[in-house]
Amino acid sequence: MIELLTTRYAYVLMFVLLGIGLYMVIASENLVKKLIGVNLFQTAIFLFFVAVAYVEVDGEPGGSPIVPATSDPASSDLVLASPLPHVIVLTAIVVGIALTAVGLALIVRIHAEYGTLREDTLREVRADE
Amino acid sequence: MSNIDLLPALLVVVPILMATVPILLGLKFDRTGWSVTLLTMAGVFVGSVYLAMEVYGGSGDNRELAVIHELGGFSQPMGIELVADTLSTMIILLVAGTALGLLAYTRVGGPRGNTFYSGYLLLVGGLLGLSMTGDIFNMFVFLEIVGLGTYALIASGDGPEAAHAALKYLIIGTVGASIYLIGVGFLFMATGHLNMHALAGEVSTLEGANLQLARAAFAFIFIGFAIKVAQWPLHSWQPDAYQHAPDGVTPLIAALVSTVSAYALARLLFTVFGGDFIAQTPYASEVIVTVGAVSVVAGSTLAVIQTDVKRMLAYSSVSQFGLIVAAYGLLTETALVGALIHLIGHGLMKAGLFLAVGVIAIGYGARTVNEYAGLAQQRPYVAGSMAVLLIALVGIPPSIGFIGKWYIAVGAIEAQSWLVAGVIFLSTMLTLAYVARLLEKMYFTPGSTLESPHSPGVAATDGGEPVITRPGNRVTIGMLGIVAFIAVFAVALGFTGEVFFDLFQPFVESAALDLEVSP
Repeated sequence: MIELLTTRYAYVLMFVLLGIGLYMVIASENLVKKLIGVNLFQTAIFLFFVAVAYVEVDGEPGGSPIVPATSDPASSDLVLASPLPHVIVLTAIVVGIALTAVGLALIVRIHAEYGTLREDTLREVRADE
Repeated sequence: MSNIDLLPALLVVVPILMATVPILLGLKFDRTGWSVTLLTMAGVFVGSVYLAMEVYGGSGDNRELAVIHELGGFSQPMGIELVADTLSTMIILLVAGTALGLLAYTRVGGPRGNTFYSGYLLLVGGLLGLSMTGDIFNMFVFLEIVGLGTYALIASGDGPEAAHAALKYLIIGTVGASIYLIGVGFLFMATGHLNMHALAGEVSTLEGANLQLARAAFAFIFIGFAIKVAQWPLHSWQPDAYQHAPDGVTPLIAALVSTVSAYALARLLFTVFGGDFIAQTPYASEVIVTVGAVSVVAGSTLAVIQTDVKRMLAYSSVSQFGLIVAAYGLLTETALVGALIHLIGHGLMKAGLFLAVGVIAIGYGARTVNEYAGLAQQRPYVAGSMAVLLIALVGIPPSIGFIGKWYIAVGAIEAQSWLVAGVIFLSTMLTLAYVARLLEKMYFTPGSTLESPHSPGVAATDGGEPVITRPGNRVTIGMLGIVAFIAVFAVALGFTGEVFFDLFQPFVESAALDLEVSP
C-alpha cells in the first residue's frame, strides 16, 4: 500500500482530484463553483495523461523529447517520455478553455436575468414564476 | 490519392470554415446567414450523396468499401483518419439531409441572425466529423465541438430558462465527455494506439493487466456516452435542453446530436472493442442491456405524465435511445441492424415531430397537450403529418419505426433475452399511451373556437430593440412542406427494411458478433 502510494502517487492524486471536482459539481450551489469543479475534473485527467507519458528505466527518469535524452544503460537506446499524451493534453486544454468561456458567458447571462448565481435561489425564483 | 478520398475531409472542413462567413458578412449585411448556410448545406448534401454512391456502389468487406482520408498524409496507426464506411455514410446522409431540410423552417421561423447560422454550421461540421473520425482522441475533440455548438444554439432561445438549460447541459455534458477521455487514456495505456482500426486488432489480444485496463476503459467510455446519449438516470439535462431551446433548434438537436452520439457509442463498442470482447467481459452485455431497458421504461413513463409537448417528446427520446442501447447489448447481428435502423428512423421522426411542434406553436399558439385540442379541424395538414409521425413512432407498419423495432425484437428473441423482448412490448404500449393522448386531443376534443389559447407574439411585447430570436408569426409553405415530406418519407422507408439490412451488412460482419451468445 505504502509502496503503491510512493511509486504511483500521480494516479492516486488524479483520482482524488477527480473526486473533489465531481463533488464540487454536484454539491456546490454556486454556478461559478460548479464550473470550477468541472475544470478541476478536467485538470485531473490532464495530470493523468502526463503521468502516463512518464517513463523510467532502472530508476532513471526518461528525458523529454526536446532536451538531450538519457540513454538506457543496458541497451544504450534513448529513453524518452512519450510526446503523444502531451499533445493530447495540449489539445484538451484548448477544448477546456473554450468550454469554460462558453460556460462563463452563460453564467453572466443567468446573473443578468435572475440576479443570482446560486442554484437554490434560482430554483425558488423559477418556482415563483 | 484520388479525388474521392478528399471528400470526407471536405465534408468536415467546409461547414466549419463557412461558419465564419455569416459573422464576417454580418459586419456589412444584415441577413446573409440563411443564404450562406443554404448554399453550404446544399453542397454538403450533394457531397454526401456522391460519397454514399461511392461507398455503397462497391463490393468487399467494410474496410475495403470505406472511403478513407488520411489527414496530412500520415497513414494509420500514427495519423488521424476520416473513415466513411457503410455505417458512417448513412449517418452522414442523415445529418446532411436533416440539416438542409430544417433550413426550410428557420428561414421564417427563426431564430434569426448571423451568429445563429454560424453556430448551425459549426454544429453540422462537428457532427459530420464525429460521424467519420477514425481516431478515439479526435472523437473527443469532435464531441466537444458538437457540445459547444449545441450549448450556444440552446442558449440562443429567448427566455432566461434557455441559458440555464444550456449551462446545465454544458456541465453534465462536459463531465460526460471528460469521463470518455479517461477511457481513452486507459485504452492508450493498454495498447499504445489511438487509431480505431489499429485498436480493433489490438484489444482482442490483450491479457493480464492490460486486459483489466481495457475493461476499465470500456466502463468509462460506456458511462461517458450514457450521459451524452441521455440514458436514465443520466438523462436529466435532456428534457430542459429540448424544451427551452428555440423551436428552430430543437429539431436539429433532437434529431442529430444524441443520434450521432449513439452512433459513436456503436462505433466504439463494435469497431474498437468488438463483440467478442464485450461477450467475454463479465456482466458487460448484461449492464448495457439493463441500462437500456431501464431507460425505456423510465423514459416512457415520464413521457406519459408530461403536459408540455416538447418535454413529452424529449422523454420519449430517452426511451427510444434506451431501446437502441439495449439492442447494442444483445450482441446479435439482427439486433444491431435493428438498432442502427431505429437510430436513423428515430432521428428522422423526431426531426419531423419537433418541426411540427414548432409549426403548431407559430400557427396555433399551442404548446401543452391540452392546448392541442381541436387542432385537426383548424390545421388539418400539420395535424395530419404529426399524426402519421406519431403513429410511426409507436411502430405501426408500414413505417421506419416498425422496421427498427421489429429487427430489435427478432434479435432479442434470437438472443433469448426475454427481458428485452418484454420491454419492447411494454415500451410500445407506453408509447401508444402518450401518443394516443395527443391524438385524442388533436382529433376528438373540440377546441375553443373563439380564440387561440395564446396568441403568438405575446411573449415578445418588450418593444424597444428588435429581438432577433423572436419566431416569425406566419407559417410558410416551406415549413408545412418539410413536415409533410418527413412524414411521407418515414412511411416510405417502411418498405425498405431489406435494403437497410443489405447496406449495413458489411459493417455488422466486421463487428465480430457471435450469434451463439446467450444471456
